[in-house]
Amino acid sequence: MGTKKTVEILEANLQDANMLTEKPSSQWALTLRRFRGRRSGMIGLGIVTFLIIIAVFAPMISPYDPNEVLIGKEDVGPREKPCVHIFGCDPDQPQHILGTDANVRDEYTRIVFGARVSLTLGFFTVTIALVVGTFFGAIAGYVGGWFDNVTMRIMDVILGFPSLLLALVIVSVLGPGLQNALIAIAVVSIPAYARVTRAQVLSIKETDFVAASKALGASGRQIIIRRVLPNALTPLVVLATLGVATAILEAAGLSFLGLGAQPPLAEWGTMLATERNNVFTSPHLVFFPGLMIMITVLGFNLMGDGLRDALDPSLNK
Amino acid sequence: MLSFITRRTLLAIPVLLGIMIVVFLLMRAIPGDPCTSMLGERATPEACVEFNEANGLNDPVFVQLGIYMKNVLTFNLGESVRFSRPVTQLLIERLPLTTELAMSALFIAVVGGVPLGILAARKHNTAVDSGTMALANIGVSMPVFWLGLMLAYLFAVVLKDTPFALPPGGRLSAGVFPVPYYEAWGWNLTEGTFWARFNEYIANHYIFDTFITAQWAIFWDLIRHMILPAIALATIPLAIIARITRSSLLEAMNKDYIRTARSKGAKESRVVTRHALRNSLLPVVTIIGLQMGLLLGGAVLTETVFKLAGVGTALFDAIIGRDYAVVQGFTVVIAAGYVIVNLLVDISYGYLDPRIRVK
Repeated sequence: MGTKKTVEILEANLQDANMLTEKPSSQWALTLRRFRGRRSGMIGLGIVTFLIIIAVFAPMISPYDPNEVLIGKEDVGPREKPCVHIFGCDPDQPQHILGTDANVRDEYTRIVFGARVSLTLGFFTVTIALVVGTFFGAIAGYVGGWFDNVTMRIMDVILGFPSLLLALVIVSVLGPGLQNALIAIAVVSIPAYARVTRAQVLSIKETDFVAASKALGASGRQIIIRRVLPNALTPLVVLATLGVATAILEAAGLSFLGLGAQPPLAEWGTMLATERNNVFTSPHLVFFPGLMIMITVLGFNLMGDGLRDALDPSLNK
Repeated sequence: MLSFITRRTLLAIPVLLGIMIVVFLLMRAIPGDPCTSMLGERATPEACVEFNEANGLNDPVFVQLGIYMKNVLTFNLGESVRFSRPVTQLLIERLPLTTELAMSALFIAVVGGVPLGILAARKHNTAVDSGTMALANIGVSMPVFWLGLMLAYLFAVVLKDTPFALPPGGRLSAGVFPVPYYEAWGWNLTEGTFWARFNEYIANHYIFDTFITAQWAIFWDLIRHMILPAIALATIPLAIIARITRSSLLEAMNKDYIRTARSKGAKESRVVTRHALRNSLLPVVTIIGLQMGLLLGGAVLTETVFKLAGVGTALFDAIIGRDYAVVQGFTVVIAAGYVIVNLLVDISYGYLDPRIRVK
């Protein structure tokens, strides 16, 4: 064990030495290199990239329109089982690789277009929560005093609720719909960003370089934006990546309860919910949307874990 | 220790008050008035005036808030307009099922998650380790409702007519009713008293009730119905507990006192169980407390999938039906339960790790 450790340390030193002779790597290049070394992170990145490609090129890789009803156009019925010609499905039958849904729409097309909805939703939710949370967290941490107290107590109250429950109540106030579900999930995830930003700001504002900026006459706003936030970025990036996973999962839950995306929008949670009473006869209409939700959430979770390991080497053992 | 408990408890009070206010204000912010949604076609202007008067909806919001807070503190949660019954009565009927579901799920999560985490840590950097952690990653990403539906399909359709077949929904088979323990033991309870309602509440924990009164046939029926929802609900917490146990144990195994124990000549199994595990389970305790929020939120989804008449489905119906009193009462009770569980976890953490108390 001892020798192995020594070898590792020597190797690490050697790398450092090589870096000295080569041109110096930036912080981001180092992070990228560490990220590439994490298998799970790379798998996550792969999944996410794959999903983004699917979402962007959805119309090109799907044979139909997601809301196209095929009655009278093809010889297929509602809730048809998957039919793939190369897997021995009768060549006379039209090919629907994931079958058709209750309204005789191509399930595969709807699954593909569903990626657009889920990814957009995940990114928007996290962006709102990140911006609002960081804003309040940064000011609370920098200003302190009563503002800090009031803000953080409000955050405590939000955290006092089980998150899905609060999202449920908020959506019921705003009314069901994709946009409102997005707002509700953003609201319940604000405290995490606010807390992390505040904690970072509290530690950074005591550092020498902030004192130096103050001495040079920088304003509070300048210090927060130019000095404090860039240094608080690391945990926020990780949190945001993992946040996309949570947001997609919670949005799917709300849609499943009928409070999120509304039919006929091709959203995975809604697609699954509308067919849940037919799971015993047409399991494929429940299986595939759920599988896609799981894969998407898994992708962002793995990527977030990988980023955390890469950005915070102290966690690496 | 006492001052630590007092300090932590005092910190929880503003959060509880805040929760009550937030829920109250949210319910008042709902567009559409409760009268039209409750009375439907019968909501004539005259009927609405009467309805609002009877339910105190004409008072200023702050007066309503004050009355509401006073009522909550005296366990008077108002009356469900939809069921025409006190909210407390609904809680007596609905809460036990959710408690049993959450507890069963927590049980599965701990019993499954901790050994898996230990296994992964003991086999660190082997196929077993990466396999377990891959499973844990998939588990964390699992939509509860999807897993529930798939389990129901697997055990009720695919495995039908095998010994593994399990019912896909409901709490009990049709026509089966457990006898409450107070009836089984011939207790004389005066209806409507606090003591009678308390016993009714306890007896509504059917699994507990049939266990202590030895109604084994019904007990097994209950367990068979509980297995699938509990597994579905347990998956995410199980995966999280496994991950935390693993990383916590790995960290503990690097500590000096482990080297000391080893150099004393202690057997490896003893080093792990006696020295490392005991210390590494502290973060696991915290995580278990935090999982309660997930479990309570997930319960809404799980109960919907498995058609269980618990708090989750009741709350959901109340939200759809704008049943103010029920939404308020249930949300406050659930959130309060969540805050109290976390308070208990914090206190137990302070008890287990004296260093926490000083901070």
